Amino acid sequence: MPEPVIHTEKLSKRFGSFTAVDEISFSVSAGEIFGFLGANGAGKTTAMKMLTGLLAPTSGQATVAGFDVYRQSEEIKRNIGYMSQRFSLYDDLTPRENIRFFGGIYGLGKAEITAKCDQMLESLELVKVRDSRLSSLPLGWKQKLAFSVALLHEPKLVFLDEPTGGVDPVTRRRFWDLIYKAASDGITVFVTTHYMDEAEYCDRVSIMVDGKIAALDTPEALKGSFGTATMNDLFIKLARPAIRSGE
Amino acid sequence: MKRFIGFVRKEFFHIMRDRRTAAILFGMPILQLLLFGFAIRNEITEVRTGILDLSHDVVTQELTDKIFSSGTFVASGVLNNGKETGPAFASGKMNEVVVFESGFAGNLQRDGTAQMQVITDGSDPNVSRIITGYTESVVREFLVEKAESTGTAQGVEAVPVMMFNSALKSVYLFVPGLMAMILMLVSALMTSISITREKESGTMELLLVSSLKPVQVIIGKVVPYLLLSFVNVITVLALAFLVFGVPCRGSIALLLGESLLFIMTALSLGILISSITNSQQVAMMISLAGLLMPTVLLSGFIFPITSMPLPLQVISNIIPARWYLVIVRGIMLKGAGIGVLWQETLVLVFMSLLFMTVSVRKFSERLQ
Amino acid sequence: MNPAVTTENLSKRFGKVEALRGISFCVPEAELFGLIGADGAGKTTLFRILATLILPDAGNASLLGLDTVKSYRAIRTRIGYMPGRFSLYQDLSVEENLNFFATVFGTTVKENYELIRDIYVQLEPFRSRRAGQLSGGMKQKLALCCALVHRPELLLLDEPTTGVDAVSRQEFWQMLGRLKQQGITILVSTPYMDEASLCDRVAFLQEGRVLAIDTPTGITTLFRKPLFAVRSRDKHRLITKLRTYEHAASVFAFGDSVHYTDLRQSPEPHELKAWLKTEGFDDAEAEPVKPGIEDTFMALMESGESPEENS
Repeated sequence: MPEPVIHTEKLSKRFGSFTAVDEISFSVSAGEIFGFLGANGAGKTTAMKMLTGLLAPTSGQATVAGFDVYRQSEEIKRNIGYMSQRFSLYDDLTPRENIRFFGGIYGLGKAEITAKCDQMLESLELVKVRDSRLSSLPLGWKQKLAFSVALLHEPKLVFLDEPTGGVDPVTRRRFWDLIYKAASDGITVFVTTHYMDEAEYCDRVSIMVDGKIAALDTPEALKGSFGTATMNDLFIKLARPAIRSGE
Repeated sequence: MKRFIGFVRKEFFHIMRDRRTAAILFGMPILQLLLFGFAIRNEITEVRTGILDLSHDVVTQELTDKIFSSGTFVASGVLNNGKETGPAFASGKMNEVVVFESGFAGNLQRDGTAQMQVITDGSDPNVSRIITGYTESVVREFLVEKAESTGTAQGVEAVPVMMFNSALKSVYLFVPGLMAMILMLVSALMTSISITREKESGTMELLLVSSLKPVQVIIGKVVPYLLLSFVNVITVLALAFLVFGVPCRGSIALLLGESLLFIMTALSLGILISSITNSQQVAMMISLAGLLMPTVLLSGFIFPITSMPLPLQVISNIIPARWYLVIVRGIMLKGAGIGVLWQETLVLVFMSLLFMTVSVRKFSERLQ
Repeated sequence: MNPAVTTENLSKRFGKVEALRGISFCVPEAELFGLIGADGAGKTTLFRILATLILPDAGNASLLGLDTVKSYRAIRTRIGYMPGRFSLYQDLSVEENLNFFATVFGTTVKENYELIRDIYVQLEPFRSRRAGQLSGGMKQKLALCCALVHRPELLLLDEPTTGVDAVSRQEFWQMLGRLKQQGITILVSTPYMDEASLCDRVAFLQEGRVLAIDTPTGITTLFRKPLFAVRSRDKHRLITKLRTYEHAASVFAFGDSVHYTDLRQSPEPHELKAWLKTEGFDDAEAEPVKPGIEDTFMALMESGESPEENS
């Protein structure tokens, strides 16, 4: 069995007396689409921050893309892609300028950036609008571009934080086509979402409740073992008794 | 009335909970007054002076002693020839070099005049002029004393007396300007920011949809800052009096009343700004560049209006602080009353009414 | 019965963007009416026009029998409005926010406590916490409380559940159901298709137009093509492969299966299954299913101008 891309062992984060993330242990293997679900305040965001090297854990172990979260947070940041609903691209730049800018940040060469830029605009069908400001484009296009930009430096692993918020059902599914494509290219995808049908599209799903991982398996197996018809029912069944709803 | 009190209370919560706002509101006036009072002074002390004496006689020696005994000048060395002057200035070792021509005492005795040269650093013309002036007055005094002691006193002596500020303390000049600046900052900047913040956060939408009328929203926003600005006026005045001994020769009640008027002008400007923009950033830029800068530069606070080129003199008329400054200086330093200052007061009244009307009109009841 | 909301041919444009292109609908009293559509469909513009915050370029709207342009002041005291973004004072506590909005409307929390009690009991433990520190779900509950505190006859809720987790969303909709029972008319927008089924009637909005208005079950009759749920272990390959099938009309991932429509009038599921077998999907299953709201919305979207090609 190949080494997992993400591996955590009793990973915890405490803020004062409050335990945001409480000894979570899981592994994600290469090329997997891993759904990371949880109610607001369950500790998802804190866990994501630790895994992306933005926040040091209080205790426990974790390696991401082969790097230790305590000592090698810089290496982690260099070797992962990240896209979130809140921060993605610059609205006042054009698609081309955004690609060039982020290519530069990731340290790609000039020729490489140009080649990738053309190829990306082509495959996303953005050639026509490559010189229009991003703010004038539909949200769905921006999300697709943001995802591709997050993969510019060919990371092994990409974190997607609610990538499809606010778009229509068709555009959402087109976005998932991109995720599937990335996964079939061997990229590991770590994704959070509030759309429960999207949880079904993942290879495996974990559900966090009150800082702990309450369930982790394939969607099929989870529904079977908890006796629910849909992921939505399962989620509500697990997350409803949560104490920390107010956090 | 209940609604109104609720609104004002909410406004105070905002101010007290945002540490930065609270710091700007209360820290700024104190900090600025101390800065202006202690750090920025027009009086010159410790002029590092070098002497290049080509005569070496009794008179040059006496005159040199006289210069250094005045307290303003500090002896920083003796030069042997003119070539040393340049390097002495360049290195910053000296601010002034006094040169006595050779045969100084003899010339004075024989012709009644002798040449001496005062060399100063012209890169700062103001300082340079002041130093020269000081030196001249020391020399003049020396000559008068000398003439008296020899009993040959004749001629006219002009004795300067500075009215209202006999010690020529610059803090007297700064306090009124500083009050104008702080009031502009607190009233206009803070109100425009607090209104645009509600627009940015979307709460303005809710306030509009509530049954509050625009006038109620405006008054609710104005009252807290009016109170705070007034507190600031009193703080600045108290500090100026206690720390720097700046007197208030006129009526304090009148001064406070006029300040209140100026606060109203500034507040209505702040509301006007917030009605033309939706972002805090733009509001801040307009307030700083459009209000604060002119208040500092064109009101007569730092640069006298009479020495400005004509176009700027004309522009200065539309700056509220210009009129306020005249009023405050009048009351505090000259003890003037409303009989003298009614024109300036009227200008401010007119300005407040104008801005207030325009801003209430412009304050949209909708989002557009 | 008088309608609580009527709009006729509402249009609004911002510069080059046509936000609304002739919206007409009617909501009777005490109905829970859903506006379903993605970002940019025009939901927020519509809500702002109804809340009397912006003026339409053309058309008119009336709320509770009052015109939104002429009688805006009277409307404002009688409606409760919850903007799309969280719009409470983040630096004020839960209690302070609620009290403030009560005073602004000239009332007290006590006076209308009974109406908000249901929701407020959940917020009670966090009473003195700053609103900015609440979770997404709690924030929305507080915002709903603030919109309700003056006992409005009509609630306008612009995407109250966006970004909120499934549990809080379910609770939120339960509250809306109870408010409806008290006779309050509710207009609510959402990007979540599953929430559409909780409304009495829904309108599909896309690019400023109404695609359809009906009850949740009624609206699915607009979906006329035969629909199949296809399952296989390798879902991604299944989708890719199905799209290459010569008879395929649409192929979308849908929960745990793939929803497939055929170009032909009456396709046979076993034919599809046989084809899938030849493509190496030994475990493939295909069964006809009833279309849901999301299927219908997607079909209507696709049959109209696709947003991707149009803008």
